[in-house]
Amino acid sequence: MKIHEYQAKEVLARYGIPVQQGQVASTVDEAVRIAEQIGGQVVVKAQVHVGGRGKAGGVKLAQNPEEARQKASAILGMNIKGITVKKVLVAAAADIAHEYYLGVVLDRASKRILLIGSAEGGVEIEETAKTNPAAIIRIPIDPLIGLANFQINQMAFGMNIPANLQKDFVKTLRGLYQAFVECDASLAEINPLVIDSEGQLAALDAKIVLDDNALFRHPDLEAMRDLNEEEPSEVLAREAGLSYVKLDGNIGCMVNGAGLAMGTMDSVKLYGGEPANFLDVGGGAKAERVTTALRIILSDPSVKTIFFNIFGGITRADDVARGIIAGVQEVKTDVPMVIRLNGTNQEEGRRILSEAGYTAYSDMDLAAKKAVELAASR
Amino acid sequence: MSILVDKNTRLLVQGFTGREGTFHAQQMIDYGTVVVGGTTPGKGGTRHLDRPVYNTVREAMAEAIPNTSIIYVPAPYAADAIIEAADAGIPLIICITEGIPVMDMIKTYDFVKSKGARLIGPNCPGLITPGQAKVGIMPAYIHSPGKVGLVSKSGTLTYEVVNALTNAGMGQSTAIGIGGDPIIGTSFVDVLEMFENDPETEMVVLIGEIGGDAELRAADYIAAKMKKPVAAYIAGRTAPADRRMGHAGAIISSGDDTAAAKMAALSKAGAKVAEAPSEIPGLLQATMVRS
Repeated sequence: MKIHEYQAKEVLARYGIPVQQGQVASTVDEAVRIAEQIGGQVVVKAQVHVGGRGKAGGVKLAQNPEEARQKASAILGMNIKGITVKKVLVAAAADIAHEYYLGVVLDRASKRILLIGSAEGGVEIEETAKTNPAAIIRIPIDPLIGLANFQINQMAFGMNIPANLQKDFVKTLRGLYQAFVECDASLAEINPLVIDSEGQLAALDAKIVLDDNALFRHPDLEAMRDLNEEEPSEVLAREAGLSYVKLDGNIGCMVNGAGLAMGTMDSVKLYGGEPANFLDVGGGAKAERVTTALRIILSDPSVKTIFFNIFGGITRADDVARGIIAGVQEVKTDVPMVIRLNGTNQEEGRRILSEAGYTAYSDMDLAAKKAVELAASR
Repeated sequence: MSILVDKNTRLLVQGFTGREGTFHAQQMIDYGTVVVGGTTPGKGGTRHLDRPVYNTVREAMAEAIPNTSIIYVPAPYAADAIIEAADAGIPLIICITEGIPVMDMIKTYDFVKSKGARLIGPNCPGLITPGQAKVGIMPAYIHSPGKVGLVSKSGTLTYEVVNALTNAGMGQSTAIGIGGDPIIGTSFVDVLEMFENDPETEMVVLIGEIGGDAELRAADYIAAKMKKPVAAYIAGRTAPADRRMGHAGAIISSGDDTAAAKMAALSKAGAKVAEAPSEIPGLLQATMVRS
């Protein structure tokens, strides 16, 4: 789960990191009031969960409150990569003497927490990795020991932190690491970490991504979820415990298992169609879940046909067939369905489906081709 | 022959008396897997499915002498169950549980390694050596004994391919699901190496997906070390970037972890790469004709 910059800064401030905090506004008037309180030059920053908001015009400097009004009204309501900006962060603009990058990430390859630092901040770290890989310092952390002092030293000297700021840097890095671990993050990043005109360290921007699997033990962080950032259908799916991602095609896919769900999308595409979604309905394909999943898929008006691809496994296919029929009856739709059903008792399952008027396939490729054909003819 | 599990497997079930544990333990017993007992704290001394229940894995070690453990414990407690099994000296631990926090797994992975144990999963369907032992949640009836080794990040997609293999008359030596989480105990490379060294495995199938670099490492290993033919399928060519596709690990976060990049790397390494799961048996048969 992603949280906003202003929320990430709130979290980091709790861990003793000096952040350029500011206040968040959802109306132009509020933004102006905050600018007046701050006085002088401010920065107005769109709060959206997408990268590259600066390039998209979502971050603007304002010399005075009147200019802040102009900038805030331009940014609030603007569309950045499909998301409407509903909030801006207004903060005192900093004069920057130097920009660093400091991040903590989960490194899948080494199965460790990795500290990443660079004296070249302000640009995306992926960019630095390409243009000047030598400028990046990576320090893996032993999970059973944790962050050691010598590693903080390695980072401080590696990043050329001035001697007079080393103490503050130690506090910042320690705080960032602690925030990462205690919040169950998969990314915690300060970019840029700056030395301002007064010679102080400050986190000008912050990004935190949380591990969805660990949200159960962080109700306070879960409460930071911004539903404005998500497709309403995806919110509905999450609340129902379904994995669903909306896509741009017209063939709705209802599949059991995440891998097969991806494979189904790929096969739809392979045979000339476009998948409308990723959806893992879970092992049993029970009536209730099928109903919810169908409603979610059909909430997308571009869906022209629905492709069920169920490999029942241990679940009995006849139970799955009854679940599908009950679910479809509950929803009442004229969108045609193609059903592929395999599993224990599959003949019985397919018989139940054909008696109810559906064509049931055993072959995934044939079923995918049929779904593509149906969608094209509508 | 086969890898990791066979007739000599003596299986302990952690989370034995729960709904999942009970259902799947019964399925494994029905298949012929030697299930020596299980653990559920507080129910030690009782019997379940006609087998002893222990409070702790250490107790079970002393009496039932398991050499493998399978875990059906809910996510908040599953990492602890893995650590308990490793601490008690179980050499092979399979964790089925989905949804374990990554931070828990980072520590757990290191601990398991320090004990010299092997972890498979979490968030995986387990493994099966057809005709000998089923240690997992996969439907047994689609499998048949044979010479194809299969390793996969996904459950149902594996069933799809196993079913296609069996229908084509190609049985399996061992089929392993390694799991779809970002941190897993056993990698593609680990399993490929075991298959390469297993005299009963003649061909290998690898089923991967978007996210992470495990498939790229597998490609390096195939190019450098493998003599046995490999067929591969990678799911997620139509997946958008930066979105989690069900599995916690299935998320494109760089340019290198797309399905296209992985398919290209595997193909370059000499593996036959399938466009659809159903193509796998044909691709393997073609490699046999050639040699």
